[in-house]
Amino acid sequence: MAKQRPGFIADPVMRARAVSPLAGHIETGQFGVAVGQSPSVRLGERFGLSIAEVTAWKGRESKCRAAIKATASAALKVAPGSGSVKTAAGAFNIAPMRWLVSGESPELVANLADAVSEDGTVTDLSHGRTVIRVDGEKSRWVLAKLFAVDLSDAAMPRGNGLATAHHDIFAQIQRVGADAFDVYVFRSFARSFWHLLCRSAEEAGYRVD
Amino acid sequence: MIITCPHCGPRDLAEFTYQGDATLSRPEPASTDQEAWNAYVYDRANPAGEHREYWQHAGGCRKFLVVTRNTLTHAISGVEFAPATGSSRRKRS
Ligand SMILES: [Zn+2]
Repeated sequence: MAKQRPGFIADPVMRARAVSPLAGHIETGQFGVAVGQSPSVRLGERFGLSIAEVTAWKGRESKCRAAIKATASAALKVAPGSGSVKTAAGAFNIAPMRWLVSGESPELVANLADAVSEDGTVTDLSHGRTVIRVDGEKSRWVLAKLFAVDLSDAAMPRGNGLATAHHDIFAQIQRVGADAFDVYVFRSFARSFWHLLCRSAEEAGYRVD
Repeated sequence: MIITCPHCGPRDLAEFTYQGDATLSRPEPASTDQEAWNAYVYDRANPAGEHREYWQHAGGCRKFLVVTRNTLTHAISGVEFAPATGSSRRKRS
């Protein structure tokens, strides 16, 4: 399948060779957990995902949403922040006419580029983002230390997301479960952010698998 | 100060970047009218009261906004996406 792709579609991440910026910096185990207690936060990296940003040309938003649905099986509503999450793929709105799409399939970005075609642009971010999952009963409590956004059930239904920042660390956050959130940060900030997240979660007691 | 972004909702000032006076009209790009360019680049009314200004939601949706803000009280009476207002387009004379 030697199809010609535009230059901004990077080669798929070679999982066998790719190295996470967190490699060697993730310490597994339980931290900050008092004797007889169990951790109330779980932290971990979702490594090797295909990640892309889709931007619609003016008036082509619904066609881009349809392309995302066809490629990542994510049905998207029109409201700001609307998203959808399945086991293998997900997507959420991050700005007017823009969506962040991610998934397990190495072909996701290429398929997305084909589906979106002339209705928008697809930028491969697989090499550029690190995805950290924050789960557990105190996930919101830990994230609230870092981000001044509303992550409550009412404000953010499962699948929805938003774009925000912790000082200069730009972050996109998607709710992926009852208490689970995926935080997308630039890979160059990943190590610093991971460190910050671990220190922030220490008070609650956290586990890294 | 909290700015309510039309896309993201209420967000802290730290997420936004000030981008200047939104009341000015840029001269035609080909214009050689020195006075018009001088006025566009340097003349500022500096009002004590309501002011229209550009802000970018750099730590969020990254859209450019036109914010109507009272410079005395910081009260914000309006926030819109910049292109929709027409203020970012040059006026035809
Ligand atoms: Zn915004």
